[in-house]
Amino acid sequence: MASKLGLIIKREYLAKVRNRSFIVMTILSPILIVGMIVLIAFLTKINDDETRVITVLNESTFYQDAFKPSKNISFLQFKNLTVEQAKDSTNALEYYGLLHIPEGATVEEVSKSTFLFTKDNPNTSVTKELENVFQNRLRQERLQKLGVTPEQFSSVEKPFEINLSTFDGERSIRGVNEIKAIIGGSFGYAIMMFIIIYGGFVMRSVIEEKTSRIIEVIISSVKPFQLMLGKIIGNSLAGVTQFSIWIVSASALLFVAVLIFGIDLSALSDNSAMPPNAMGGMSEMGGMDGKMLMYAKEIYGIPWGLLIVSFFIYFVLGYLIYSSIYAAIGAAVDNETDTQQFIFPIILPLMLAIYVGFFSVFSNPHGPIAVGFSLFPLTSPIVMLMRLPGGIGEGGVPLWQFIVSVLLLAVTFLGIVSLAAKIYRTGILMYGKKPTYKELFKWLRYK
Amino acid sequence: MLQLHIFGKIVYMDHILVAKNVTKTYGDYTALSNISLQIPKNCIYGLLGPNGAGKTSFIRIINQITYQDAGELWLNGEPLAPKHIASIGYLPEERGLYKSMKVGEQALYLAQLKGLSKAEAKTRLAYWFDRLNIGDWWDKKIQELSKGMAQKIQFIVTVLHEPKLLIFDEPFSGFDPINANIIKDEILRLKENGTSIIFSTHRMESVEELCEYIALIHKSEKILDGKLSDIKRAYKNNIFNVGVHMEKDADVFIKSLEEKFNILSSQIDPVERQLNFKVQLPSAHTGEILAALSKVSNINRFEETIPSANDIFIQTVNSKDNGK
Repeated sequence: MASKLGLIIKREYLAKVRNRSFIVMTILSPILIVGMIVLIAFLTKINDDETRVITVLNESTFYQDAFKPSKNISFLQFKNLTVEQAKDSTNALEYYGLLHIPEGATVEEVSKSTFLFTKDNPNTSVTKELENVFQNRLRQERLQKLGVTPEQFSSVEKPFEINLSTFDGERSIRGVNEIKAIIGGSFGYAIMMFIIIYGGFVMRSVIEEKTSRIIEVIISSVKPFQLMLGKIIGNSLAGVTQFSIWIVSASALLFVAVLIFGIDLSALSDNSAMPPNAMGGMSEMGGMDGKMLMYAKEIYGIPWGLLIVSFFIYFVLGYLIYSSIYAAIGAAVDNETDTQQFIFPIILPLMLAIYVGFFSVFSNPHGPIAVGFSLFPLTSPIVMLMRLPGGIGEGGVPLWQFIVSVLLLAVTFLGIVSLAAKIYRTGILMYGKKPTYKELFKWLRYK
Repeated sequence: MLQLHIFGKIVYMDHILVAKNVTKTYGDYTALSNISLQIPKNCIYGLLGPNGAGKTSFIRIINQITYQDAGELWLNGEPLAPKHIASIGYLPEERGLYKSMKVGEQALYLAQLKGLSKAEAKTRLAYWFDRLNIGDWWDKKIQELSKGMAQKIQFIVTVLHEPKLLIFDEPFSGFDPINANIIKDEILRLKENGTSIIFSTHRMESVEELCEYIALIHKSEKILDGKLSDIKRAYKNNIFNVGVHMEKDADVFIKSLEEKFNILSSQIDPVERQLNFKVQLPSAHTGEILAALSKVSNINRFEETIPSANDIFIQTVNSKDNGK
């Protein structure tokens, strides 16, 4: 019996990996993805590299040395020109804009009548940067009126960071929760993608056996459950193969791309679609080289062993649950177009898990929503993995939650797989019927 | 009770398959109700009935694809169990092959699923491919084959593991007459070599020349079973087709016969001087009418009409439906 399962797994695996579109996807996907990353990085770089030149016509006595070139803006001083002349030459030289600071008695007065002339509506980052210059100067001015000296002012301006510590007295640092969540999140995300892509493989493979009418020949030799299991395992092995090839070749390609194009990938992380608080943590991280060691220590301190073991548990159980549902759907229908009504309810908990993970677990990994979804078996493979980088026990996921979550998942696994197997067993022999949920429910009761 | 049990066992040993009160329902729908059958070894057993009668449901239970709700089955004297899958070969009505796989590797795969070793399967496949003249198909893909060609592969795969019991569900559908004949000869040869065969069909005419035993299934019930020749004998109604040569007065003669016998129909051919008629006798005893005929004419035809399986089927179904 075991050898039959082996035969089925082998056939399913080979049928999948020899499939032309599978091979094309395996080769093409990393190229496309890396190509996309390179393109985006390239475009971002072009965008960032554009330094805007702003001409300054300063007729006042203030703001003489206030405009220092920055990453995005460089300044060019105009002297002894009228405003109109300055506008014309700025336009003729195709500079970004003209900043006109008129004569005036006080800083307040001068600032209020200052204009920025641009061809179109100006870029917000440019206006922000200019406004900062004025605002700082004005603040200084107003404080001075209140009797604060520039020295006092700058000493007041010193940034402050609150000291962080855990209850145990270890120094904790900001941003670590976000990093942990991102690491857990990428595990969870990988599980979701795997389920959606390779669950679909299982489903199509079942439909193919139905439409080619070989199914009855096969199940006169093996049990339908064996066939279903063999299919799920064979297809997921093909999936693991593809995933591994993708990761290896995409990393290699990315490495090559970075070398060739000299792309700064860290530029990308600023623009990635992370939640705002996570982004805050990340960008802060970049600015504090002295703390890098502590971050490294924290990342090193993430319970990788636990994470990998639980990834394996949640991945196997979660994938088996979902792919057996996919197999049952494949068995219930005659062609792929009929699958839509059944697929949506499967995707729903997966999407929910990802969204809950990103919006709730990131900000509060041990809040009630995070706990609830990490116990609910259809979302726990994703949500629990997002919580786990904090470890189990104090400061992390309470042990009972972890155990309950795994147990619930295991029980659900047994339940769903046996229900799916029943639908599968009946469905594979039904032709020419578009089943309803009511009908599927009836099939569950057949002997 | 004990005796019955022992007696039962003895009977079962002579039979490749025995089914006792097998019932199967799908929700509210009854597919099989109380079916009991004994299928003798080394014969071709026809499982007959219109589409939807329950034949395929019964066959699926034998193959343990589905399970009966009630009743028992024995294969070769043993209660039907998963290990028997290897001693059954099944060609389903809904049959096909993996389209993108090559003929050879597919046949090997299916043979191995039936429990053959790879080497053994290769040897036997070589023999069968040679036998059916398809040796050069090994590396072809199924999608390159015609429907008839694919059916040959399916047939080989069904018989390759030399099962004790072969089940063919509508085996000739999809075959052209030439290939259907090749397959028919192969089925007969397998039977000669000791295989027991169940042959399920709704086309009664194909039954007569192949089956020794039949069972008629109608609306999920078995309405008749037994040896085909016995059934025919039981269903014959002593109707005879008679042809006599008469120089003259055929019309007078038939009138005189009608007084003594139940003449069902008659027809006179004046050119050939021939009288043909159909008569139903009260018993199988033919002496009386033969005596009456031989006095006046030359008998050139005297033959009992044997009902066809189709006739028997229709007659049984009608009487069953009317009886209710």
